[in-house]
Amino acid sequence: MSDPAAPVKIYVPRDAAALGMGADQTARAILTEAKHRGIAVELIRNGSRGLLWLEPLVEVEVAGTRLAYGPVQAHDVPALLDAGFTAGKNHALGHGATEQIPYFKKQERLTFARVGLTDPRSLADYLAHDGYRGLKAALALKPADIVAAVTTSGLRGRGGAAFPAGIKWKTVLGADNPQKYVVCNADEGDSGTFSDRMLMEGDPFVLIEGMTIAGLAVGATHGYIYLRWEYPQAKIALEAAIAAAGAAGYLGQNIQGSGKAFDLEVRMGAGAYICGEETSLLESLEGKRGQVRFKPPLPALQGLFGKPTVINNVITFASVPIILDRGAEFYQHFGMGRSRGTLPMQLAGNLKHGGLVEIAFGMTLREIMYDFGGGSLSGRPIRAVQVGGPLGAYLPESQFDTPLDYEAFAAVKGMLGHGGIVAFDDTVDMAAQARYAMEFCAIESCGKCTPCRIGSTRGVEVIDRLVAGDNAAKQETILRDLCETLTYGSLCALGGLTPYPVISALNHFPEDFVKPLRASSAAG
Amino acid sequence: MSKQSPRRIIPIKVERPSNLTSDERAAVLDACARLKKLPGALLPVLHAVQEALTYVPKDAVPLIAHELNLSIAEVHGVVSFYHYFLQERPGRSVVHLCRAEACQALGSVALESHVKARLGVDYHGTTSDGAVTLEPVYCLGNCALGPSLMIDQQLHGRVTADRFDALMAATRGPA
Repeated sequence: MSDPAAPVKIYVPRDAAALGMGADQTARAILTEAKHRGIAVELIRNGSRGLLWLEPLVEVEVAGTRLAYGPVQAHDVPALLDAGFTAGKNHALGHGATEQIPYFKKQERLTFARVGLTDPRSLADYLAHDGYRGLKAALALKPADIVAAVTTSGLRGRGGAAFPAGIKWKTVLGADNPQKYVVCNADEGDSGTFSDRMLMEGDPFVLIEGMTIAGLAVGATHGYIYLRWEYPQAKIALEAAIAAAGAAGYLGQNIQGSGKAFDLEVRMGAGAYICGEETSLLESLEGKRGQVRFKPPLPALQGLFGKPTVINNVITFASVPIILDRGAEFYQHFGMGRSRGTLPMQLAGNLKHGGLVEIAFGMTLREIMYDFGGGSLSGRPIRAVQVGGPLGAYLPESQFDTPLDYEAFAAVKGMLGHGGIVAFDDTVDMAAQARYAMEFCAIESCGKCTPCRIGSTRGVEVIDRLVAGDNAAKQETILRDLCETLTYGSLCALGGLTPYPVISALNHFPEDFVKPLRASSAAG
Repeated sequence: MSKQSPRRIIPIKVERPSNLTSDERAAVLDACARLKKLPGALLPVLHAVQEALTYVPKDAVPLIAHELNLSIAEVHGVVSFYHYFLQERPGRSVVHLCRAEACQALGSVALESHVKARLGVDYHGTTSDGAVTLEPVYCLGNCALGPSLMIDQQLHGRVTADRFDALMAATRGPA
């Protein structure tokens, strides 16, 4: 504040979650009210810091430090200005320096380092915060060395299946074809997950950089981002960033004078959960119904339009620039067991402090739900947690000490998936949740394989009869048998994993499946 | 397509009679003309048609098929596969209410009952005054701040029954 005439920098997120809580109205109120009072303001629309329960989280930069105030509704703005928040003065909504808030300070932000910090529309801001250093390093390497760096880093696909990214890339690099593609799976359909959305809205350049590096690594010249229609703000952010990157020579026919070409476009999905499955996504990109393909052939060999294709999740690509910039060992150093690096966890559902927490693998579910999440929003005990989206298992309290690690979750018949954590308090009806899992599968099934297409509808019916106490012991046998058929007989993860939430609910919360009046006959 | 292509392409010449208005027809033809050169053009075309007309009219399907050299069955198959493409004309506003687990954990099932009762429609229904169509959606990516819904692509978080009523009053405008 050395120069009193310099405008005060105020940050109001343009992240969809912040907009959903009124961030646009807040931003307008700040501009209007500040003008009335003769205070010069430079308003920056950043991404979200990920402390979502504080949205709209307004930050004021005072002497180089960003101070947080939130949640700030438009009607709070006059009082904040009266209290002198543009000079960093105290107010009931103030939380001190944003980066000193424990929720933020305790994180290990690698992939999300810039999200919420920078202006996602500004390439200059991206470059000023270590942007495009990964690409610079990659341009100096041979394709095989880029792939080797990704392999050594231990990066596994962050979409949910956790397949080693380097191995996938190596297959595409080895495929002999003049036309190859890079496809980003931005069809983030799992309930409880929003890290892809936050990243694309808050730091779209890092995804573009990661995909460009992938293109260099495997010899692909064209990339697609397949984005779900539910994310209109991400579309705007990505298209603006692609245009800016192209204008500055970071995309196009001659990337930074290297002679290498890579172009990128955004394609919109149309509301089909199954299109998050890689082969149905490719079908959809080709303009067809999103029906799952048989594997093999692997998409790495015969993917989009039959050409060798790298297809990865948003977070996977976005983790690549820092690996190339800081080195595979730097990234590999984080994590536990075979789960290396960090995972952006998403705290959702009935939690007091919902938001995004990027940490190294290894913290327990309990620590993240209580130390970060602050326990339930309703104040009631947390009874069940669904980790990994609608196909993830419901975990009871006895499993809350499971560490966040792909293998540890598999060992308790759960999955970490894309890192979504949805907490339910003790008012939850687990039989209803199991029924919903089957119903969801029925609605979203692509219809190609019989276990998923028909089994899901039969599953709803069987659960209804079971809960009604209609020959319950027999219904439970049928349900378990049906789930086994789905698990082993389905073509893809939708049918194959729907039994996870169903069976975990049945195993851990059997009391919810028993009709109270007929408890004795149904307690099978 | 090069000459070596194993598939013989037989252009479909016959265009069926349709009930599209001239404006609707022009919008469909414009979408096709702008986008049909894209590889895998059908989804971009359908998005453009829905953006222009608010839905994909049944009579647009043969026209799109003709323009893109696809069969009517292929186009119909795609339109009907994706939940986002509406085959009936929606109300002036479309409400997408999230049904997914994270919103359920915050009471979306009760909100759903309220919404349906207040609008007097079930999912995929349009209010009798033609103002609002209700559609389900499976996750809006706002899972820390549910229950969530979208009104004409505008996201709203922490929606209570009262807040929904206020949003509807604002959407419908003065009666």
